[in-house]
Amino acid sequence: MTRDSAIEVEALHKRFGEVVALDGLDLIAPEGQVLALLGPNGAGKTTLVRALATLLVPDAGRARVLGIDVVADPLGVRREIGLAGQFAAVDEILTGRENLEMVGMLYHLGRAESARRAREVLERFELTDAADRRTSTYSGGMRRRLDLAATLVGQPRVLFLDEPTTGLDPRGRAQLWDMIRELRREGTTILLTTQYLEEADQLAQLIAVIDQGRIVAEGTAGELKERVGRDRLIVRLADAGRMEDATVALSALADDGPLDAPGECGLSLPMSGPDLPAEVVRALDRARLGIVGLEVRSPTLDDVFFALIGRHVEPEAEQPQEVAA
Amino acid sequence: MISRVPLRDAASDCVVMARRGLIESVRKPALLVFTFIEPVILIVIFRYAFGGAIKVPNGDYANFLMPGILVLTAVFGAIVTGIGLSEDLSKGIVDRLRSLPIARSAVLVGRTLSDLARNAGNVIIIFVVGFLVGFDPNQPITRILAAVLLLLAFAYVFSWISATVGLLVRDPETAQGAGFVWVFPLTFISSAFVPTNTMPPVVQAIADVNPITLCVDAVRALTIGGAATGPVLGTLAWLAGLSLVFIPFAVARYRALQ
Ligand SMILES: Nc1ncnc2c1ncn2[C@@H]1O[C@H](COP(=O)(O)OP(=O)(O)O)[C@@H](O)[C@H]1O
Ligand SMILES: [Mg+2]
Repeated sequence: MTRDSAIEVEALHKRFGEVVALDGLDLIAPEGQVLALLGPNGAGKTTLVRALATLLVPDAGRARVLGIDVVADPLGVRREIGLAGQFAAVDEILTGRENLEMVGMLYHLGRAESARRAREVLERFELTDAADRRTSTYSGGMRRRLDLAATLVGQPRVLFLDEPTTGLDPRGRAQLWDMIRELRREGTTILLTTQYLEEADQLAQLIAVIDQGRIVAEGTAGELKERVGRDRLIVRLADAGRMEDATVALSALADDGPLDAPGECGLSLPMSGPDLPAEVVRALDRARLGIVGLEVRSPTLDDVFFALIGRHVEPEAEQPQEVAA
Repeated sequence: MISRVPLRDAASDCVVMARRGLIESVRKPALLVFTFIEPVILIVIFRYAFGGAIKVPNGDYANFLMPGILVLTAVFGAIVTGIGLSEDLSKGIVDRLRSLPIARSAVLVGRTLSDLARNAGNVIIIFVVGFLVGFDPNQPITRILAAVLLLLAFAYVFSWISATVGLLVRDPETAQGAGFVWVFPLTFISSAFVPTNTMPPVVQAIADVNPITLCVDAVRALTIGGAATGPVLGTLAWLAGLSLVFIPFAVARYRALQ
């Protein structure tokens, strides 16, 4: 039997009381690639990952990992997967090494092999120096790395990473990105969830956009950008109170009318031609509206999301920090 | 085809989990305080502060008190099972364990076994503390060993009750609070500190069927003399009944985790 998709999900449903977390979700992830599940908070990302990792049983639909049904044969699935949950699950009472050796023993690798694998992943995640310290002394970034290291002890063929870089500082994030790319080069299939468009763009061959328990779009970053069209002109207004006047003034210059520009006091229009900026300036001048900035911008995944579901998804610009030891 | 964990691997999983529980017991000072210092404080309070005012059948309060303290030691030790389990649940460690190809029973069996080992240590230490405050068991060593075994069986079954509570509340602070909610009335309406015939009739009726009373009476008979058969059989009947309810219940709750 040949199979080229590592993860197959068909019409998956899951509700928690009144809340519909998965609403007939379909998804296919090819083997050996990184698939990013991109969506805002509450979209159902964690629920899907937990269903695929056999931690929760869906109400309806089917899900298979490497052809193994997650409901019919959960143990069979567990033998093939590694899971790094949304919050690092390290045992604080144990040292880093003890955590990893315990996982090795639970994969039934035996004492010697568990110790060898633990050494190997500690090395790889640059935790060797801290290996024999209790993890309660680790920084947030170190915990994340240890958590990911633990998922690799069993050399899984499919890896689930639920918001792996949330809470990491930029350096920790870059490090983790490199590791994910390396794992992919080694042939591991990776499904990662993220709220960061840039992360999906950077890491994934395929992006599935999830909202309210459904996949609303799928494709490469390029294909998704294609769906919002070409470059856009961002017009920043001097007076935030006159957005509506500006929309009226510019309505003739955009086929579907100008859109509110994400995150700023301004409007965005499709860049229809080289004359557009001059025409915008003239139109706004006639309406006695001041401009503080004009910028041509290539579409981002946030624009894709906005075009697809009418909302912005980039989380509030929180400053991620390493938790100090 | 449905995969299964081979029996040998399942046994190994339980051992790995039990070993982790033991490491935790040794490294967490809070646990030692809770399960060891607590009974010692009770010994001091009851032996020296209240003891003079409490009249007991043969007149020696240290001998009356220590079997009660030993049962309480077992019960306090059991509360820790639920606290530890709910901590693992709240920190996502149970999720990690459930995503591994291990025997489903390993988490509960491992933890109750490591708690049993810790409780054995506590019971022995409290015996020794008892000797220091005047506890003077005069029964043959076989009866004293039987008392220890009964205490451990008691601790083990109560660990499963506590595990059920931990799985239901899923939060260590609540598990600790909930532990006391059922343990305190159960211990004070029992023969642990005072003879039950000093209580009002309704309370005495409750106290006399309380498993803690039966176990305390059994341990008393087995260490300082008296009719042991009745309370020992009563205790075993309770333990059998509680196991039949709480072990399957805890296992079902664990399997139903989402
Ligand atoms: N255990 C649960 N009980 C009740 N509601 C839940 C539970 N888990 C998730 N939900 C709800 O399901 C929806 C999807 O949640 P989740 O899968 O965690 O989203 P995401 O990971 O994309 O932020 C949310 O509305 C969330 O509140
Ligand atoms: Mg989530």
